[in-house]
Amino acid sequence: MTTTADRPDTAEVGQSRLRKEDRRLLTGRTRWTDNLELPGMVHLALVRSPVANATITGIDTTEAAAAPGVVGVWTGEDLPEQGAMPIAWTVSDNLKVPSLMPLAVGTVKHVGDVVAVVAATSKDAADDAAGMVDVSYDELLVVMDPIAALEADSPLVHPELGTNVCATWGMDSVALGTGGDVEEAIRAAEADPDQVVIRRTLRQNRITPAFVEPRSIVVDPTAEQVTMWSATQVPHILRILLAMTQPVDEHELRVIAPDVGGGFGGKLQATREEALVLLIALRLQLPVKYTETRMESMQSAHHARDQVQRLTLAARKDGTITAFDVDLVADMGAYLGILTAGIPLLGGFMFNGIYKIPAYRFFCTDVFTNKVMTDAYRGAGKPEATFGIERMMDELAVELGLDPIEVRRRNWINPDEFPYATVAGLTYDSGNYDQATDRALELFDYDGLRAEQARRRESNDPVQLGIGVCTFVELSGLAPSRVLGSLNYGSGGWEHASIRMLPTGKVEVAAGTTPHGQGHATAFAQLVSDELGIPFEDITLISGDTATVPRGMDTYGSRSLVVGGMAIVGAARRVVEKARPLAAHLLEADPNDLEYDRGTFTVRGTDTSKTIPEIALAMWLAHDLPDGMEACLDSESTFDPENFSYPTGTHLAAVEVDTETGKVTLRDYVCVQDVGVLVNPMIVDGQVHGGLTQGIGQAMYEEIRYSEDGQLTSGSLADYLVPHAPDVPRYRTDTTVTHATTNTLGVKAVGETGTTAAPPAIVNGVLDALRPLGVTDITMPTTPLKVWSAIQAARSEKGGAS
Amino acid sequence: MPDTTTSSPISTTTSAVTAADLLADEMHDVTVTVNGVARSARVPARRLLSDFLRHDLRLTGTHVGCEHGVCGACTVLVDGSPTRACLMFAVQAQRHEITTVEGLGSTPETMNHVQRAFAECHGLQCGFCTPGFVTTITAYLEDHDDPTEDEARELISGNLCRCTGYQNIIKSVLRAAEIKREEITRDEGGRA
Repeated sequence: MTTTADRPDTAEVGQSRLRKEDRRLLTGRTRWTDNLELPGMVHLALVRSPVANATITGIDTTEAAAAPGVVGVWTGEDLPEQGAMPIAWTVSDNLKVPSLMPLAVGTVKHVGDVVAVVAATSKDAADDAAGMVDVSYDELLVVMDPIAALEADSPLVHPELGTNVCATWGMDSVALGTGGDVEEAIRAAEADPDQVVIRRTLRQNRITPAFVEPRSIVVDPTAEQVTMWSATQVPHILRILLAMTQPVDEHELRVIAPDVGGGFGGKLQATREEALVLLIALRLQLPVKYTETRMESMQSAHHARDQVQRLTLAARKDGTITAFDVDLVADMGAYLGILTAGIPLLGGFMFNGIYKIPAYRFFCTDVFTNKVMTDAYRGAGKPEATFGIERMMDELAVELGLDPIEVRRRNWINPDEFPYATVAGLTYDSGNYDQATDRALELFDYDGLRAEQARRRESNDPVQLGIGVCTFVELSGLAPSRVLGSLNYGSGGWEHASIRMLPTGKVEVAAGTTPHGQGHATAFAQLVSDELGIPFEDITLISGDTATVPRGMDTYGSRSLVVGGMAIVGAARRVVEKARPLAAHLLEADPNDLEYDRGTFTVRGTDTSKTIPEIALAMWLAHDLPDGMEACLDSESTFDPENFSYPTGTHLAAVEVDTETGKVTLRDYVCVQDVGVLVNPMIVDGQVHGGLTQGIGQAMYEEIRYSEDGQLTSGSLADYLVPHAPDVPRYRTDTTVTHATTNTLGVKAVGETGTTAAPPAIVNGVLDALRPLGVTDITMPTTPLKVWSAIQAARSEKGGAS
Repeated sequence: MPDTTTSSPISTTTSAVTAADLLADEMHDVTVTVNGVARSARVPARRLLSDFLRHDLRLTGTHVGCEHGVCGACTVLVDGSPTRACLMFAVQAQRHEITTVEGLGSTPETMNHVQRAFAECHGLQCGFCTPGFVTTITAYLEDHDDPTEDEARELISGNLCRCTGYQNIIKSVLRAAEIKREEITRDEGGRA
């Protein structure tokens, strides 16, 4: 029996606890969806379009249907029960929603569009038969570039919509009541000799989350509830969306996300593949499995970013910003996923960054092209925005001949100005940008590197040194439900948790957020241990199953700790409040005379006490409860945050650029972040490392490419360059801490900071190295060819001018 | 050895090969020693070693991330050498010795030095790529007892991880080597 002697001596929050998850993951005892084999299970193979825009003129399934092992072949016409795939964010009244069916009917709109499905007794047989499905296409003109898609004579992705414009959405500081008129301020700046106006067009490359576990789905319709296992980040949301769109009711469907191998937003989706496995399982009344190949993942799992940013920044010559105007064109791809149309507008709240900007406007045009849909990827709209403002801060520094740190310092919010109401209508609760930046400069040896840079410029060193800067804030912890409602988002942003007090003194935590590598089982046990005084080892996590965790809003937007963790803390505190009257009864004391400290009720001024495990056992026995007390200590809590979470930090990159080959080498990377109170510093550091590497990937290596006729030319991991170990240096990380004031633990989010800050830091560094040569912009990724070409172009321009 | 009693439809030259012929997969009895145990299954010639391990033998500790040899998640040891199980046919493994992550340590108590180092150094997050790293590193440390950080980085350059940014995997390599050296010293001390 657990006694007070077992109570942990020190607080769990703040300790780098080794992860509970790892022993299982390290020894191959795992539950990936593709591991599942069920009796009688059949396998699916999908027939995908090899062309980017076409009318389907015929599909002959005869040979496929007759092939060995084939159980059935279906086209879109054969599945009248299929429902249109859902979207969850109606961003504006003018939003145009193209029909996206699990199986295409009549037309295809991008390479990889799904035109038929084959079910067979083995995966091999299904694949073979899929190759025998004969589809005839009448090819149509394609449009691959979002700017070209806006031209009057552009081919239309969806002719029935009459336009390639999916939606427009805007905000400005006049309407928000947060500042002046941006057009007026820019006109005034243009007329003012003491101001500068900088206009730039920046490009956000199209990238993909590239989770290492391919998506996999198994549906078993043979139980009372139809059960779907899916490699998804969002089992709860998926259940609701499938029930709303496909022929299954919510109470008849159970969704399980077992072990999930990475997500990064890429598995925040309700996919047509999930719908198809469900539909075929319902048709056949047999368990059905589908696991995508990597090629299928590249050509049908959603991509991300892909924006053209037209930016206008006005500032006084001392560096003080007077206005910022953002005009965005965002590539949706051919269809809308659940959040596709809304991702760019999340950036609207972040283009102002950490700065005090007196006049601001954001306008976004969402555009259709014949590509895979874009949707959430680690940061979702905010990395794009941070890239825009942080690139512009460097442009401003260059224009005015100021140090890039100094120009930022002259504009950022001072520590004594928090809470700060921003021009974009948010309230930043806390932060100290000076502290984080000063620490980063010191770690980096900023002055020393600037001196080295000057020497290498002086000596015309063929390898030039560049210093890249990014200071940032992130909008995380999605989200206050009311704010989501005001944005026409299709759900709330609360999170739910319940705590089950077991009679032996152990605890089960059922959490509505579901992990795929974040270490929930470990960090959540640390939270509960501190609240209930239960040893870390005695707490286990249940998650990712709509049957065992009935309420949840799942994992995305860095919400698991700041929203989900607070629901857990709330549930734990309810356990304590339920325990108090029983403790008082057992101690024969007045409840108000009890003091509670981490698992122990003590009668004030005495040493008589009862622990939570003792009370849990007494409650379970129920032999001696106060009159009318319900014999249950279990508690639950739904937490809806009042505000977002705003992690911040300063990233500094030292890049070496070989001007003869164009090769960019990342020599050093320092990041100092303020993510509030750290629950588990080891896990926080891991999140930072991973996010940084993905951000560096976007900046230097990764790009989804399509040919002019719509072929995906980066459809494998040999063509799409996810960073390997030699591609990234050792990072130097540190943290400063300002407490979040919007939750009782003072914690902030961390997961998306690296992908947000690294791209502008890297590109600013590359340009810093090359500006003396006349290079003013290089689009991501900064490949050797692009860097070399930019140098050549700048040299010939210089030569031509002289 | 391939089952020679079944004639191969592909080798038939007197008539055109039809799709149905191709689908009539020639089956082979494959016997492989996996994690020290002789395992047999009758499989088609095209069965990948990765699928053979996962689906025929139900050893699901080996993961498949790309099936084109880039990600390294499926790496197993074939006669001790790291090998992409997705780029090898099961029939090619005939009479060879295969070690998967389950064979390195299948319980918390029996985890090997590399598995223990990964747990200590937070060398994994989602864990999907991890078995490929663990097998690769285990083989390397068999004949490299004290790698440098650069050598560790080079060692894992054939494996993709999307979660960790490799920082803690490199630490895990160095720590695994250290654990292994400690074990050797302790064993030698015990014998002395």
